[in-house]
Amino acid sequence: MNFDLADQADKFVMLLGGLVAFVALVGGLLLVLDVIPTRLAERREARLAAAADAGTPISVASVRGREGWLAFGFLVPALLLLAIGLIFPAIRTTILSFMNGDGSAFVGFDNYTWMFGQPDIQSVLLNTLIWVLVVPTLATTIGLIYAILVDKARGEAFAKALIFLPMSISFVGASIIWKFVYAYRSGEQEQIGLLNQIVVWFGGEPQQWLLEQGSKLNTLLLIVIMIWIQAGFAMVILSAAIKAIPGEIVEAARIDGTNAWQMFWQITLPAIRAAVIVVVVTITIATLKVFDIVRTMTNGNYDTSVIANEMYNQSFRYGETGHGSALAVFLFVLVIPIVIFQIRNIRKQRSEA
Amino acid sequence: MAVISRPRQALAVASALGLVLTAAACGGGGDDDSSAGTGDCSVYDAYKHDGTEVSIYASIRDTEADLLEESWAEFSECTGITIKYEGSGEFEAQLQVRVDGGNAPDIAFIPQPGLIKRFADSGKLKAVAAETKTQAEANYSADWLKYATVNGQLYGAPFGSNVKSFVWYSPKTFTEKGYKVPTTWDEMIALSDQIAGAGGKPWCAGIESGDATGWPATDWIEDVMLRTQTPEVYDQWVNHEIPFNDPKVAEAVDRAGTILKNDKYVNGGFGDSKSISTTAFQEGGLPILEDKCTLHRQASFYANQWPEGTKVAEDGDVYAFYFPAIDASGGKPILGAGEFTVAFADRPEVQAVQTYLASGEHANTRAKLGNWVSANKKLDINNVQNPIDKLSVGILQDPTTVFRFDGSDLMPASVGAGTFWKGMVDWINGKDTAGTLSYIEGSWPK
Repeated sequence: MNFDLADQADKFVMLLGGLVAFVALVGGLLLVLDVIPTRLAERREARLAAAADAGTPISVASVRGREGWLAFGFLVPALLLLAIGLIFPAIRTTILSFMNGDGSAFVGFDNYTWMFGQPDIQSVLLNTLIWVLVVPTLATTIGLIYAILVDKARGEAFAKALIFLPMSISFVGASIIWKFVYAYRSGEQEQIGLLNQIVVWFGGEPQQWLLEQGSKLNTLLLIVIMIWIQAGFAMVILSAAIKAIPGEIVEAARIDGTNAWQMFWQITLPAIRAAVIVVVVTITIATLKVFDIVRTMTNGNYDTSVIANEMYNQSFRYGETGHGSALAVFLFVLVIPIVIFQIRNIRKQRSEA
Repeated sequence: MAVISRPRQALAVASALGLVLTAAACGGGGDDDSSAGTGDCSVYDAYKHDGTEVSIYASIRDTEADLLEESWAEFSECTGITIKYEGSGEFEAQLQVRVDGGNAPDIAFIPQPGLIKRFADSGKLKAVAAETKTQAEANYSADWLKYATVNGQLYGAPFGSNVKSFVWYSPKTFTEKGYKVPTTWDEMIALSDQIAGAGGKPWCAGIESGDATGWPATDWIEDVMLRTQTPEVYDQWVNHEIPFNDPKVAEAVDRAGTILKNDKYVNGGFGDSKSISTTAFQEGGLPILEDKCTLHRQASFYANQWPEGTKVAEDGDVYAFYFPAIDASGGKPILGAGEFTVAFADRPEVQAVQTYLASGEHANTRAKLGNWVSANKKLDINNVQNPIDKLSVGILQDPTTVFRFDGSDLMPASVGAGTFWKGMVDWINGKDTAGTLSYIEGSWPK
């Protein structure tokens, strides 16, 4: 296909128009949000001053009330959008999960019994469990070790950039890169996959990695991609936290004669505990929702499917909305405890601070 | 790797040919009557709806979409109906989303009767107008109309088609090595043994196709099923009147397995039989050109997959022969597929477009542009461009042909586009036939 820039001119104009509209809208919104409260505050102060001058007291309650209304006014658009985009769909999905494939009749808990009864869906749930156990643990550990190793080392910025780079690639892009790493060509041909080339160098037979269902090797190989992406995220956050540890504490510990091991377990880790929790929780939620990697690499074939991928297939490709919704609700239920844990954690930190 | 998720959208040598022809036609000036249209607007009088617009949504993209738009350009100009065409690689999933979202296209080209039934059952589709029905009934056999009929109502006319029962081979290699085109299953196996005996791999195959991975394997099973059983048993299987794991189905799967799961036979140029599941279907047959394999069972549209400059002809670089029957007394069973024009709106201009698309005029106009097969009886075989399309049209129009539609497209989507595909992938990867078939049977919607 040849690509003629001139032919695409109208698309560029549209793009430009979109950008201008975006800047105008967001800029205007920011302006309004900034100007109105300032104006109101000014007026209030003026009124209070005038009242004070006149000697007539203004009831605090009426001022508070007015401010409450104002705050509510600003919240309404957000609440409205949340209701349309999140709350209503969540309720509808929950209702659909108790209905049959095309949403025409109630079937009770049939979709849920289906979910836990089908061997291939059980394997989907098991795969998701493996993802959620392995990815946050390894990504955080690798990020933490890396952050500590490169901390104050020479070329720290460069070393950090290296591991952070994968973060900037989309999941699909990353998957395509790794598809090449795992690519297979039969023994007599030239290998185009890095992993198989290494195997061949050591005198082995090239393997079809993504087909290795035994011991879930292929799922683990997909997990590697997620870790590759998320370790950089973990590293950046944890490295910042490590740098925020007050120098006096570290110095005092040194003077007390701690070795590196004690320093890590008794000083560094407790000091960055909050950051570690944030990282683990964020990665866990991202992992529960993993879709792009599985879809790009195997499309859930060879026993590698996960909940989000199966949910999409059931709802949109097979027209089994009930099954898809049940999976979505289940995913939602899985995320809730993690979110609650995180909120409580933040509250606790606030009350400690 | 270029994943083209649907076979019909593939870029094409033949479509390039179509473009050249069209360009020549356009350049030839007004008096050149070999061009696509007649230039006479009066033939479209019946369809006139000035200033209206009809949207069409389908899975056909790229070059083939350009050809489609060209095929109705004159119609559009003469009738004043603007046709807004949109092709999508995620057609099946997105159509559902658009219909549910109240944003349905006026007309969709649906290649799966199962999907037509689903939309018709949920009341989203409009039954065709009387004129469309007359046109469709005049131009297509009852067999074909049956696939777009739900509860006695006709919902659309057949449109483009393809024939799947073909084995691709290289006429050049066959002449060089003295092979003969097999006309029975036994001859085909004997030829395979001969090639394998000489140290070669006779067959190559690939079933990877992005999120549709597995469909070429289901075609294999359906084609063999039509050969080991009668068409009636095939219908029972597709309609779930016999269970999916019936011994008759198992027999067909096992017979397909004697080729697909035989490491002596497959997979020329790619690896062992497991490599079938990771080989893109578009690349599946290409080793034939390098003589790494000799035979590749794939539909007529595979003509578009050969690299530019490959001559597709009986005396060329590649060509296809009919996938032979096991027992010649049962006639010539043919597996095929195609899309149907269904409407989500019943405005008069929508019905006019639907009627025109069912007509012989459109089929011939489209065929002249190249790369087009249709079961339309009015399609003049002389208007069909390349040899494999001619062969396909000839087979489709032959009244003695026992035609059956692609079974997986007739089954409910959760089986036909779900567990059947997935089951085949697992089967290729070593799962046994009984286990695979009971897995698929267990997933049939109740």
